Amino acid sequence: MAQTQTPYALLAEFDTPADVMHAAEVIHGKGFTRWDVYTPFPIHGMDAAMGLGNSKVGWFAFVGGVAGYGLGMLMIWWMNAIDYPLIVGGKPMFSPFGAFPPAYELTILFGAFGAILGMMFLNRLPRWYSPLFKSARFAKVTHDKFFIVVESTDPKYSEAEIRRLLELAGSKHIELVEE
Amino acid sequence: MASTVPDLKVAPPPRELEREPLVANNRSIGWISDRVAGIVEGKTPMWWWMAFIPSALGAAVLGAMLLYQISVGVGVWGNQHPVMWGWDIINFVWWIGIGHAGTLISAILCLLRQRWRTAVNRAAEAMTIFAVMCAGIYPALHVGRVWFDWWLFPIPTANAIWPQFRSPLMWDVFAVSTYFTVSALFWYVGLVPDLAVMRDRARTKIRKFAYGLFALGWTGSNRHWSNYEKAYLILAGLSTPLVLSVHSIVSLDFAVSQVPGWHTTIFPPYFVAGAIFSGFGMVLTLLVPLRQMLKLEDIITMRHIDLMCKVTLATGSIVAYAYGMEFFIAWYSGSEYERFAFINRAIGPYAWGYWAMIICNTIVPQIFWFKRFRNNLAIVFIASILVNIGMWFERFVIIVISLHRDYLPSSWGYFIPTPVDILTYLGTFGMFFTLFLLFLRFLPMIAISEVKAVTPQADPHHPAGGAKGGHH
Repeated sequence: MAQTQTPYALLAEFDTPADVMHAAEVIHGKGFTRWDVYTPFPIHGMDAAMGLGNSKVGWFAFVGGVAGYGLGMLMIWWMNAIDYPLIVGGKPMFSPFGAFPPAYELTILFGAFGAILGMMFLNRLPRWYSPLFKSARFAKVTHDKFFIVVESTDPKYSEAEIRRLLELAGSKHIELVEE
Repeated sequence: MASTVPDLKVAPPPRELEREPLVANNRSIGWISDRVAGIVEGKTPMWWWMAFIPSALGAAVLGAMLLYQISVGVGVWGNQHPVMWGWDIINFVWWIGIGHAGTLISAILCLLRQRWRTAVNRAAEAMTIFAVMCAGIYPALHVGRVWFDWWLFPIPTANAIWPQFRSPLMWDVFAVSTYFTVSALFWYVGLVPDLAVMRDRARTKIRKFAYGLFALGWTGSNRHWSNYEKAYLILAGLSTPLVLSVHSIVSLDFAVSQVPGWHTTIFPPYFVAGAIFSGFGMVLTLLVPLRQMLKLEDIITMRHIDLMCKVTLATGSIVAYAYGMEFFIAWYSGSEYERFAFINRAIGPYAWGYWAMIICNTIVPQIFWFKRFRNNLAIVFIASILVNIGMWFERFVIIVISLHRDYLPSSWGYFIPTPVDILTYLGTFGMFFTLFLLFLRFLPMIAISEVKAVTPQADPHHPAGGAKGGHH
């Protein structure tokens, strides 16, 4: 069965967070765009080293929270004051004070869903396949190894040049991952 | 692979800033995965079965009791006039209060950057979820006709009737269901990177598939971590007001009524402090033996136990203050019904319950002022159980003692629980421990990635993390 394998990315392994951070600064400094750092835990300062901006998850949570509060208040007003008014203890049919606790809970509920679904959307998760899973060494990414991956679709991609940069930055093992 | 990293020379911090490390014995980050995942991957230990079988039997007893209650009616419980809220509501408040420590550890301590939380948050959050499940059973069954429980939710039906949102009981439905949902989401989000750890270590196809499915294809990409950490921080920020609101709303179930002993403005903060107090009691009850049985002493160190004892002491002292203030205000209010309610607590027919509460909740935690007691695991374990007993009596005092003698002496009574009450309560322990033991067996009980991140080896600016000195 003849199959043409196209390279997906160059994968470089590092032993310490300091090494991978230094290498990330180098790759970022050279102006690569389609690349990433893979680590067993979030490394403090890596976002700055990679030149990443502030995550946009906050907006999703904010929209969720506002929607939850607004929907909660509207729902309670419509149900208790419009569609099924019922006199209870001489209380007003609708009062923002009485409606606040459930609307507040809905703010949190929708805000939490906003944060999680926003995070999954921005990360394009779930996605159960990645060419990186083919590399046996990459399985250590959840254990104690650190990786830099430069994808072949990067406009500046050049295997020899990237190999040289990453070796210089202290990578002890570099391999080509196929699509 | 070496199980330790070389002990590197680091300029020591000033003496007053020195702290014991969060992971003892210089364990490497690989060791953390091996140790925690090893619990799940190893053979099922004998003690697990010895704990699981009685727990599962207890859960079966719970099922039988609930079935009996549903088929016969609420009359099988001891609730009767004038004490219409009995063990069911006591146990509801007790279980949900226990849950609060898990959220405090996962959310509030996250916002306060208490890095020691990473060692205990996973197990504490699991405790929260299972405790809220136990709690939820009681109000659902207490309504009497459990098959109408869906009327509590705003679902459009042919009846054209909507829930009545001016009642605190309705607020409670929203508070508890949101609490359960958000706690479960928070817990799962925290689990995703660790499920990827389990996936990458899995030796069998079934394990690889099962952990891989729930790991969502997590790769540890830093672009992912960036969004993930933001989402985690926001969840912590949302859970903090949530946990404060849940027990506040539970307390409003009481405070909005006119019953002497219930109608007080101190209830929301007093309930929240009590909830966190009892929750830490339960966290200590679970983790003190577990860290030994699962050999996690290097991750859940004595410093962790020490800090949790201090939180117990602080919240216990707030609770003690609330008891005193409540008594003072009852006298200061000038209302004779209010005064009677409190004097009746201390010297009435249920005085034994009141004094059990006072001893367990105000006196016992005070031993934690002394390091000697905080460092003695046997004493910590016993005190944590006494805290749980005391907090059960607190709810007993609030509910039963307030209700059994209110305005009209002609309708005073004395509440006695039935065997069904007692077996249902014991049954919820069976359910709780069954779920908790299954959690220990199948999921990493320590947040592996989070613990790794607080070691010096994870810090790129620390020599242990590979920093060459002066580079950054």
